[in-house]
Amino acid sequence: MPLDILKAGDEAAVADILKQGKPVEITGGGTKLGLGRPVAVERRLDVSALSGITAYEPAELLLTAAAGTPLSQIEATLSQHGQCLAFEPPDLSQLLGAGAGQTLGGVVATNLSGPRRISAGAARDHVLGLRAVNGRGEIFRAGGKVVKNVTGYDLPKLLTGSFGTMAVFTELTLKVLPAAETEETIALPGLDCAEAVTVMCQALGSSAALSGAAWVPGTGVALRLEGFGPSVEARRQRLLALLGRDADVWAAPASKAWWREMRDLAPLGSGAGQAVWKISIPATQAPALLEKLKSLGEHKAALDWGGALVWVSLPCGTDAKAGDLRALLPPDAYAMLMVAPAEVRASQPVFQPRPAAQMAIEEKVRRSFDPDALLNPGRMV
Amino acid sequence: MRMPDPDEQAIGRRRQLVEGLRRIVPGEGVIVDEESLTAYDCDALSAYRQRPLAAVLPETVDQVSRVLRLCGELGIKVVPRGGGTSLSGGSLPVADGIVLAMGRFNRILEIDLANRQARVQPGVTNLAISKAVDADGFYYAPDPSSQIACSIGGNVSENAGGVHCLKYGMTSNNVLAVEFVTLEGEVIRFGGGYDQPGLDMMGLLVGSEGLLGVITEVTVRLLPKPETQRAALIGFPSNRRAADAVAAIIAAGIIPAGMEMMDKPAIKVTEDFVHAGYPLHVEALLIVELDGPKVEVDHLLAEVEKIAKENGAETCVVSETEAQRLTFWAGRKAAFPAVGRISRDYMTMDGSIPRGQLPDVLDHIAELSEKHGLRVANVFHAGDGNLHPLILFDASKPGELEAAENFGADILRKCIAVGGVLTGEHGVGIEKRDLMSEQFSEVDLDQQRRLKDVFDPAGLFNPGKVFPLLHRCVADGRMIVSAGANYAFPDLPRF
Repeated sequence: MPLDILKAGDEAAVADILKQGKPVEITGGGTKLGLGRPVAVERRLDVSALSGITAYEPAELLLTAAAGTPLSQIEATLSQHGQCLAFEPPDLSQLLGAGAGQTLGGVVATNLSGPRRISAGAARDHVLGLRAVNGRGEIFRAGGKVVKNVTGYDLPKLLTGSFGTMAVFTELTLKVLPAAETEETIALPGLDCAEAVTVMCQALGSSAALSGAAWVPGTGVALRLEGFGPSVEARRQRLLALLGRDADVWAAPASKAWWREMRDLAPLGSGAGQAVWKISIPATQAPALLEKLKSLGEHKAALDWGGALVWVSLPCGTDAKAGDLRALLPPDAYAMLMVAPAEVRASQPVFQPRPAAQMAIEEKVRRSFDPDALLNPGRMV
Repeated sequence: MRMPDPDEQAIGRRRQLVEGLRRIVPGEGVIVDEESLTAYDCDALSAYRQRPLAAVLPETVDQVSRVLRLCGELGIKVVPRGGGTSLSGGSLPVADGIVLAMGRFNRILEIDLANRQARVQPGVTNLAISKAVDADGFYYAPDPSSQIACSIGGNVSENAGGVHCLKYGMTSNNVLAVEFVTLEGEVIRFGGGYDQPGLDMMGLLVGSEGLLGVITEVTVRLLPKPETQRAALIGFPSNRRAADAVAAIIAAGIIPAGMEMMDKPAIKVTEDFVHAGYPLHVEALLIVELDGPKVEVDHLLAEVEKIAKENGAETCVVSETEAQRLTFWAGRKAAFPAVGRISRDYMTMDGSIPRGQLPDVLDHIAELSEKHGLRVANVFHAGDGNLHPLILFDASKPGELEAAENFGADILRKCIAVGGVLTGEHGVGIEKRDLMSEQFSEVDLDQQRRLKDVFDPAGLFNPGKVFPLLHRCVADGRMIVSAGANYAFPDLPRF
């Protein structure tokens, strides 16, 4: 389908375009067009020109930027002041077969959060306020530019992870936090999945205050400690005594490199011909699930978030084995198809199907922002 | 405080309503006699009272569901209530509605330490969750100061905060799933794990102030208890120097577990009341609490002390024992009752501002104090810029209540003018409802109202809260505590 690219220069232009009442696919850096169900429309709204950090006060722990600002620019600015986005947004561009250049708006729209999610929260926990344009073409504000706020409904949380199906972000205010002074990783090689989950639950339930707990077959378990030097050292000693197992300790550079790869899902290999699933599950149920996944044949699996996040990569075929895989999930688990060719994402539910009453109310909520389904229609199916 | 005009026809259906309710909730679960109903007339914002048509105390989710369906059919309004500790009138009844009291939902359903979570009914108190897992070394982090009495369902509805939000987040950052019943009686679960299977509906429900539905179950995150907690008590020659120290501590990469500030009038009045050993010659006092491994706490306290001195601290005492740490907190926690001792009435704001604006806003509050001819004491969560100015007045003197209301509204307008918001943790409720139009445009508010319509087009859930009433001019936004015997829960710490 020939695409009409509409580049919006500012917020008012976004509103003008939406007031024309025609459906659009929204894009910033274009790195996440392959995430979610494909959107079949003739117009693409490009907001990458809405770019730039508009306010950053390190002592306020707040950063405000236009939604199309490249994440790399934000992270570089924060880094100069010893701060970071604590939810550790991943860069899945390689996995998704896209170029570099993801934007803040894209990260927030997809609620993508890295290994530190277990201790620092997800993207949704860091979005404090926003400006956006709804499907009526109205510019609205929600939340605020302060770290603590309960005034009105928490629309920033509702809109984070809504995949652009409710509003086009134009400006976002995020809570930022001091970056850790140092980090180390305790690596326990040779553990199988069940042992790994036991160890991760034990470590996460201790006062070691881990900021990462992952398992990759072959590598074993990695437990990350971040903070001030004397604290990391004390917690390492405590944790090693608690675990009572042979372990390697990776110093900061090796630790950083390993978690960056984990964050970006390098252990799953490149995405060619593969489908990648993201499964959310109570950690203690992950080993049983991995056992069952063997019935699907060839696949790779890795655990993050202490076992509460299962990544699965398998040969995609025509259906990414969606039905078979979802049939293996226990009641408290749900799976999202993260990587697959467009035709597979068009034919299979990308998001976990939910009870009808829940889906119905979500749809009504979505329509209260976008009554005519103009924004990324069908993306979240 | 004006409430929407009661629907006389709905009131006329009271007998039918009560008969229906009794068929659903047996025995003493339906309260209609005037004397017993008085217990439900108000929440902690007790200057405002209203007798409801009835109070219903369901015990099962099915009963909640059927009660809501019945109310929907009869057009009866529903005010959900947990512990009744709201400071913003969140569970103030209406004359043409029932109070749906969730106190009988008081069971902890499942504690899952391996996955660090607990599934609880909404009537369980905040503190009861922490107590249930205390022996195992865990706790539930958000700690509103009314935690001994407030319910987790109420915490979810109001997105309750506490002293430790700066480091550990608000309720919304510590809840994994909620079960919720719609007006149609439909039971829906939202959330689940560390992310959502669809839209973040849980994020919307947390902090929705009982306007969208009734929470019947909550899954909360549990955290391992920190090994050590210590606090520093630091005195400064001016509010500005104290605020500078707060900024410098954060700029140094330190996120304390709590960082509280008091101005001179607040120091004086609390010290007179609890004798916590606060220095009386300083203009501003900071309490900085650190938690974590002992070596980390010691290391960071030394840093904090250094930064404080660089910023002109006149006194600095670090707690050496748990008893001493609690003494440091005793005065701060008693600020509200302490003010109640020296003033017949007082009201408090809950505005939240960018931290850097703190000195200017305090100067402005001092000017307003002169302009309105009323005293003010300031306590606040300095770490996250959440102010609690306490305005002292005597409602028995002609014009003082009005002056206090105007003073309060002026403070909140200032908060908005410097980029802040009306409420950091108490909720909008009835109290700040009419100031919403100062913070939000009509387009902003309409977007929120449309969400309300999705869940409750007839406006039966918790009417008169959060959104400005039509044709009502902006007037006030504060909590009034009157010594004239209408401060509910007088013994609860409040900050």
